[in-house]
Amino acid sequence: MPLVSIVDVRKSFGANEVLKGVSLPVEKGDVVAIIGRSGSGKSTLLRCVNGLETHDAGSIMVDGLEVGGAKTDMRALRRHVGMVFQQFNLFPHLTALGNVTLAPRVVEKMGEGRARELGLEMLAKVGLAEKRDAYPSQLSGGQQQRVAIARALAMRPKALLCDEITSALDPELVNEVLRVVEKLAGEDMTLILVTHEMRFARDVGTKLVFMHQGRVHEQGAPKALFAAPQTAELQQFIGASFK
Amino acid sequence: MADFSLWVITSNLLLATRWTIALSLVAFVSGGAVGLLLLLARMSASGALRRFVSLYVEFFQGTPLLMQLFMLCFGAALFGVEISPWMAASLALTFWTSAFLTEIWRGCVESVPKGQWEAGSSVALTYVEQMRYVILPQALRIAVPPTVGFSVQVIKGTALASIIGFVELSRAGAMINNATFRPFLVYSITGLIYFALCYPLSLLAKSLERRLNAAG
Ligand SMILES: Nc1ncnc2c1ncn2[C@@H]1O[C@H](COP(=O)(O)OP(=O)(O)OP(=O)(O)O)[C@@H](O)[C@H]1O
Ligand SMILES: [Mg+2]
Repeated sequence: MPLVSIVDVRKSFGANEVLKGVSLPVEKGDVVAIIGRSGSGKSTLLRCVNGLETHDAGSIMVDGLEVGGAKTDMRALRRHVGMVFQQFNLFPHLTALGNVTLAPRVVEKMGEGRARELGLEMLAKVGLAEKRDAYPSQLSGGQQQRVAIARALAMRPKALLCDEITSALDPELVNEVLRVVEKLAGEDMTLILVTHEMRFARDVGTKLVFMHQGRVHEQGAPKALFAAPQTAELQQFIGASFK
Repeated sequence: MADFSLWVITSNLLLATRWTIALSLVAFVSGGAVGLLLLLARMSASGALRRFVSLYVEFFQGTPLLMQLFMLCFGAALFGVEISPWMAASLALTFWTSAFLTEIWRGCVESVPKGQWEAGSSVALTYVEQMRYVILPQALRIAVPPTVGFSVQVIKGTALASIIGFVELSRAGAMINNATFRPFLVYSITGLIYFALCYPLSLLAKSLERRLNAAG
């Protein structure tokens, strides 16, 4: 059974059906890159996976837990699924280390010393151990996003969701964040990324998913798909993106 | 009338100022406590609680404080409850203050971006934990300047307690005027004392706000 299995998921906002039956199995260690036009439902799909949005129909299972299921402990589910946001969403009143250790302390009831150790380890992983005492406002966008990744990793998630995590960054800061993601991919972390970084999707992804009008329009191995898109829509999208 | 020197007038007014300060403090502290409870009720999952708080706020913000004082004072008498002017004024100002503070604070909580709640959810914090560790610490910072600013309204609001017979600064001013017939002098001093109480608080609120904006 896949680590994350999304089966025929539907979701509407009012009369606007945003997901029209999306199915997607994600195996452990997969790096799934989701691409597609604005409004095609990429964010909504990602947010359904950790229950930030509730889906209307279909099912989403993460490591045997049904998302939104009547018997599901959503707290347990969210410990398994980390999320990194486009706008970082760091806690501005806490230091970098404070951001990373909050959930381990509160949710995992970890002692001060152990949480600190874990937090420093996670900050080191994203190359920011020396910034432990900086507040988010004192960090660059790229550094903030790396702290946000460390914060998600501190829960030891089984899968990490990333929603356009470099889109709010100045171009020169994009690479430092992508390098961290690439390193995670190399460590066999399961990743589901919504991204506009086509080269990154092609080079690091193990699977490419093209969403179009609320459906998975085309999917497959990234290199093959980029080289020979089967549908006119993907052809057009890739053409526009690599221009 | 020559024996009513400037000093006698001023010292009597200053003595009465104690009661203005006491009433303001009581209204502010107990109003703040009630306001906090209302805030939690307002943000709870219970629809009935939320509706109750919004009615409460509508009532105390939508009617004159003077009328609230009268209702408490004479309403209590109607039920045969003997209520002193001090009690009536404290209670009415507490209700009134709590309604305004809870609205101010709700605005502060709501001004914390939605992404903060979502980030809290994404690391498995419960609603209460998100509130306690993520939202309230940020809302509190935003809330300090308008809260200090509102304390000025409370001080000025206490003047209305004079009408139900509570002797604070305004009432003392009226009484001294009746004895001295020097309204301009008496009310000038009274006004200056109010100003001396309120102005530093206004300044403080402004400087806190400036500091908050600079830090934000
Ligand atoms: N909370 C919401 N309420 C109402 N409509 C929403 C909400 N969130 C998303 N939508 C709508 O759902 C559709 C899909 O949005 P979604 O954010 O999933 O797209 P996306 O593929 O992530 O686009 P983008 O590339 O711009 O981020 C859009 O039409 C959007 O307006
Ligand atoms: Mg999106």
